[in-house]
Amino acid sequence: MAFDPVPSDPQAQAAFALHRFGFGPRQGDIARVAADPRGALLAELKAGPKTIDDPALSGSAADARDTVAFQQERKQERQERRMQAAGGGMADGESNEMSMRKPGPPLPQRIYLDEAQAHYQAALDADIGLVERLVWFWSNHFCVSADKAPLVRSLCGAYEREAIRPHVLGRFSDMLLAAETHPAMLIYLDNARSFGPGSIAGQRQHKGLNENLAREIMELHTLGVRSGYTQTDVTSFANVITGWSVYPPKRFPERGGEFWFNARMHEPGAQTVLGKPYAQDGFAQGRAVLETLAHHPATATHIATKLALHFVADEPPPALVERLAKRFSDTGGDLRQVTEALVASPEAWAAPRAKLKKPGEWTVAAMRASGLSIKDVRRVVNTQNLLGEPLWRPPAPKGFSDDSAAWVDGLAERLDVANQVGRLVGNTGSEPDALVDDALGPLASKETRETVRRAESRPQALALLLMSPEFQRR
Amino acid sequence: MTNIFHAPSRRELLLASGVLFAWAHMPRAALAEGRDPRFLTIVLRGALDGLATVAPVGDPDWVRLRGDDALTLDGSAKALPLDHFFALNPAMPNLARMYGAGHATIVHAVASPYRERSHFDGQDVLESGLTKPGAADTGWLNRALATMAPAERARGKEAFAVGPVTPLVVRGPAPVMSWTPPKLPPATDDTVMRLLALYRHTDPALAHALEERVDLAAIARAGAMDMRPQKGGAPQPQVPGAAIKTYFADSAGAAAKFLARDDGPRIGALAFDGWDTHANEGATSGRLAILLGALDGALAAIETGMGPAWNEAVVAVVTEFGRTARINGTDGTDHGTATVALLAGGALKGGRVVADWPGVAEAKLYESRDLKPTTDLRAVLKGVLRDHVRVDARALDEQVFPGSAGVKPMGGLVST
Repeated sequence: MAFDPVPSDPQAQAAFALHRFGFGPRQGDIARVAADPRGALLAELKAGPKTIDDPALSGSAADARDTVAFQQERKQERQERRMQAAGGGMADGESNEMSMRKPGPPLPQRIYLDEAQAHYQAALDADIGLVERLVWFWSNHFCVSADKAPLVRSLCGAYEREAIRPHVLGRFSDMLLAAETHPAMLIYLDNARSFGPGSIAGQRQHKGLNENLAREIMELHTLGVRSGYTQTDVTSFANVITGWSVYPPKRFPERGGEFWFNARMHEPGAQTVLGKPYAQDGFAQGRAVLETLAHHPATATHIATKLALHFVADEPPPALVERLAKRFSDTGGDLRQVTEALVASPEAWAAPRAKLKKPGEWTVAAMRASGLSIKDVRRVVNTQNLLGEPLWRPPAPKGFSDDSAAWVDGLAERLDVANQVGRLVGNTGSEPDALVDDALGPLASKETRETVRRAESRPQALALLLMSPEFQRR
Repeated sequence: MTNIFHAPSRRELLLASGVLFAWAHMPRAALAEGRDPRFLTIVLRGALDGLATVAPVGDPDWVRLRGDDALTLDGSAKALPLDHFFALNPAMPNLARMYGAGHATIVHAVASPYRERSHFDGQDVLESGLTKPGAADTGWLNRALATMAPAERARGKEAFAVGPVTPLVVRGPAPVMSWTPPKLPPATDDTVMRLLALYRHTDPALAHALEERVDLAAIARAGAMDMRPQKGGAPQPQVPGAAIKTYFADSAGAAAKFLARDDGPRIGALAFDGWDTHANEGATSGRLAILLGALDGALAAIETGMGPAWNEAVVAVVTEFGRTARINGTDGTDHGTATVALLAGGALKGGRVVADWPGVAEAKLYESRDLKPTTDLRAVLKGVLRDHVRVDARALDEQVFPGSAGVKPMGGLVST
């Protein structure tokens, strides 16, 4: 059963490694990893994050420029239509032009779907999936939301590729800087329009501070809530990062959509954050504060707790959290070493398999187990919506919960999806016993094995397997 | 900008939306005679209880066999008499009406050549048309089309090949096209029950979560379904009857509309799940009654959807095997052998039950437990394929149902 200790035989350890640390086995994966499960995880870490090389994808700056151009075009079309309506009737040529508008969803949604495809494909292709799980974890930790604005919808996928993916095994401070200076984040948490009250632009336009990003950096991205910082710290930090903005594509056709340190918006003067003074140094002032936050002991504990909570247990063993926090502090936030420590920790292998997979993890695992490929990414995206974890659309900057209790209510919806997968794979899948062997190996309880074997059809057998406790939990 | 959205092709949409129905075009041979026949196969996965569908009310051993669960003409739910011996489950008034109009035929005590009791293998044999499971990756319906030379297949170029998601019965060399109803089938009551049983044994927290959700769903339906969930007690079958009815009728009706079109396909297959009634079978007022009612609605939807083409249609409803003759200890039936095949359609010379009745006395049962098979299902299918679709008789013996030369096609089923 899902909570029993993992047997020590190599097949069971391999299946366990694939489920707890990865995206679950594809056909043959358990046997492939069984020679040395821990070694296979470390090897995947050694290989590092895969660069997504997809000709359909551009960089965030180009996406931003295209999106703004697209919005202008649409606006112009609307205006022309209004004028035509006002002028009464329309010439033939004009009506043709209108009907020539490209079909399909608006550009931001098209980019979002292309990015989603690459995002899911990387998870489906991974040998085990630990590195991709890290990408998902950190992307959720430093989340942005496509629902904020069409521009963020266009950028959220590129954000993950540019600010998160390259750093998941690098230094935490590098990821922090990349995330907080990325246009997607600056727009999502309103910093792009935060004016230093004493800055030139702030004075001229009578505009001021927006503390949103500064607060969430401290509360969610680094120190953690109630870790000792005050409102004064938040305000000072917000002042420090005024001017961290985005080149507006309309005014800057060349650099539009890139990070812009706009000195005219930046609050002049020195600031004190967490008791430490920071001289006025332009952009470097904010970079220095981020560096301090990245190396703060509270950050080490916060990150260690979140990692252990995500990978191991809803109430992670304190010894594990302490070990990860220490490794984080000792190595200056070297995430490769922190992750290696996680994989090497006995607690990470001993904790009961009680964590319910999050909807996205479970969906990818189901696709891997049943050999389904992405025929139309909208189906995967819609599945995530149905299961309550819409891709890159968290309800709040805190991201989606890593606590199992948050997801257990969605079980009935998972059953609908499992049925759908069963039907898609149809009667062509493996024999039920082989299906269980490939997906769970020795982790399958005899009850699950019997239930799958006695199913009335292959589609039902597959649905029951995907819904079994051993497949739902890890 | 490299993000060029490409509108998904029809094929991609079809693949993406899953497949329950597949078809290929009709041979010209029949067209040449001025006929334009339609043929649809409905596979009931899970093994249909033939005795609870069409009961031998005239058999003196019948009531003794099934006791209170025996369908009778004067029971609480009155069976619909078909002839002096057989009566139809009261959940199927439309089939009874078709039967009365000569548009339905029942074949009883029928079975595929498969004699074991595994669903998967049984469905393999049923759909492949071979005598052993796991031996083929093509189905008899597809091979039937393939035996008609491509030149004879009208408008074949319009068909799509959709490998891995098509029911086995229509998979194979002849091009098939597939389509699925826009709505997903509801998770059958049966799957939920099996899952709950597993969770209760192994993971009470998941059991609790699922029970709660199922209860909520049942409350939402309670008004229409007149079923109250029972808190705390044994799990009540939460029969999503309305959803299943709608799903069956929608998919069958839509399939019929395709088949009816002048330029549409002529051959199709559908599969309906949920017939594995091990516990609380409910032949007259429970789960099986709901399923049979939904199937009845599907047949009516096909009749309506076909319009005038109904007169040129045959629908064959088949299942992998039957169920035990007796009721088991949980008010259900276990995997058995012989069962019924239901034929419906205006092209039939119907209004009769075809059966070499083996009887249900103790000594007459197959392995002392199942209705004994006296008719080979392949004979029925071969009869329809030969006389209705005009598949060559020799091809039927050798390619469609290989090695079945000894199984003569059943004649006189259709009215041509």
